[in-house]
Amino acid sequence: MATFTIDRTAKQIVLTVQDYSLFAWRAFTNLYSQPRYLSDFLIQSDIIGVGSTAIVLLSGFFTGGVLALQSAATLSQFGATAVTGQFVSITMIRELGPVLTGIMVAGRNASSMASELGSMVVTEQIDAMRALGVDPMRKLVTPRIFACITMLFFLTIVADAFGILGGGAVTVFLNHQNGTQYFSKAWESLRYPDIIQGLVKPLFSGYIIASVGCFYGLRTTGGTQGVGRSTIQAVVNSSVLIILVDFLLTRLLLALFPAI
Amino acid sequence: MTVPTAYGLPDPAQPDPVPSGQEPVLAFRNVTIAFDGPPVLEEITFSLAPGETRILLGPAGVGKSVLLKLCDGLLRPDQGSIQLFGEEIATMPERNLFPLRIRTGMVFQESALFDSLSVRDNVAYQLIQELVPDDEIDIRVREALAFVGLEQTFSLFPSSLSGGMKRRVAIARAFIRHPELLLYDSPTGGLDPVTSTTIIELIVKERDVHQTPSMLVTHRLQDAFTLCSHRFDTEENRMVPLPKGQTNPNTKFLMLEEGRLIFDGTLHDLVKSEDPFVREFLE
Repeated sequence: MATFTIDRTAKQIVLTVQDYSLFAWRAFTNLYSQPRYLSDFLIQSDIIGVGSTAIVLLSGFFTGGVLALQSAATLSQFGATAVTGQFVSITMIRELGPVLTGIMVAGRNASSMASELGSMVVTEQIDAMRALGVDPMRKLVTPRIFACITMLFFLTIVADAFGILGGGAVTVFLNHQNGTQYFSKAWESLRYPDIIQGLVKPLFSGYIIASVGCFYGLRTTGGTQGVGRSTIQAVVNSSVLIILVDFLLTRLLLALFPAI
Repeated sequence: MTVPTAYGLPDPAQPDPVPSGQEPVLAFRNVTIAFDGPPVLEEITFSLAPGETRILLGPAGVGKSVLLKLCDGLLRPDQGSIQLFGEEIATMPERNLFPLRIRTGMVFQESALFDSLSVRDNVAYQLIQELVPDDEIDIRVREALAFVGLEQTFSLFPSSLSGGMKRRVAIARAFIRHPELLLYDSPTGGLDPVTSTTIIELIVKERDVHQTPSMLVTHRLQDAFTLCSHRFDTEENRMVPLPKGQTNPNTKFLMLEEGRLIFDGTLHDLVKSEDPFVREFLE
């Protein structure tokens, strides 16, 4: 009985991965053929980009502040408080900015995509769209994916900038250190590979958030309870995937740019 | 020969039977479909001729909606062949189905209006995708809404409409491009008798004015009999009963029992049927 359950679960996981891969591939390749829905791309860019700015800005600011607080105590033991700016900027730009922004946007938008599309499935709106001759993959999924990729790129820059600002605020007002030194160290220590690493990651995270959100939304079954289940699956799986892909990308980028 | 009316429209008082031998609009051949269990539909075979209306009867949960969704490829059969407008759709890739679906109109059981769009945008959904100019869209949407008697809902959102109004908007959305085939999934389900009659009147109007072939799913016998025994009078602009003893020859019945098609014929054949299930259903 237990073997049967494990066997069935394993098959379901493999089937889900296969379905997701086909879904994600189709959603991506739709961009290279007609019809393209530019207005839907712009609407989704507004919802994802502008709508997420506040949470990204705040989480970035306070993460930078916490980094400055925590690092100052440790660095002071080595008389190295002067490098707080370098520590905060590199950590934010390489790692925390992209990952935190991805997870914040996943919490907000993967859930909203899954619940919106899931509700459309259970109320037959997706079937109605297909019956009206419109491909839901092209109309709903592809614009969300490309809007999410584009907006996450810029949101990560915002998170990085506000993280460094947050670190600066803590350094100056709480740690009572020199602000000019903090910002000059933060700037001087940055290299192009750091920035490349920080800006490549959100492209993948954006793709994961929208594709996972839409995938679970369009697979919704079981009425309103099913919508709730899809929403949870979308947020949990996209967040875990973001961290997993971040790890793999970091490993790859460190191999490509050994100097960083 | 159909007699032209003053409006250039055929007189639906004397509808001609569909000539035999015409290429069917829709044809099912030995269609079977299952969902993780025993077949929901098994070995279904029937065809729908141009100008014909098929009323699909059967108790709830017998697979009527599934059959309707098979008609325009929203579901795929496990076995068998489905021909829509002469093209095999059972194995057709999804992207090739969209042009065929544009030629059909479908009214869903719960209306399935897009709740984030206004009535105007719902009705004009296909036209908007085809980049029809806004002025023309407005004119055509008002015409479609006038057809279902809901001109005043143009700017409203579905959430502010009653169940019957939503159903009529869904009918306007299905009619707007004058489809070559109409599919109605329980269009009167859950509605009060007065609203149901209004919906049936619209279906009779579309059938008699435009002679659009259609498939209609229902478990309400009174709706089915009304469709058979009434015609739309274009001069009086309302549905009127056919003379006593007459029925619409192009409106025929299908009946499902436990996933199998047990009846295919006219109203006359239906009421004369000796099949115990048909008798029980009618009584």
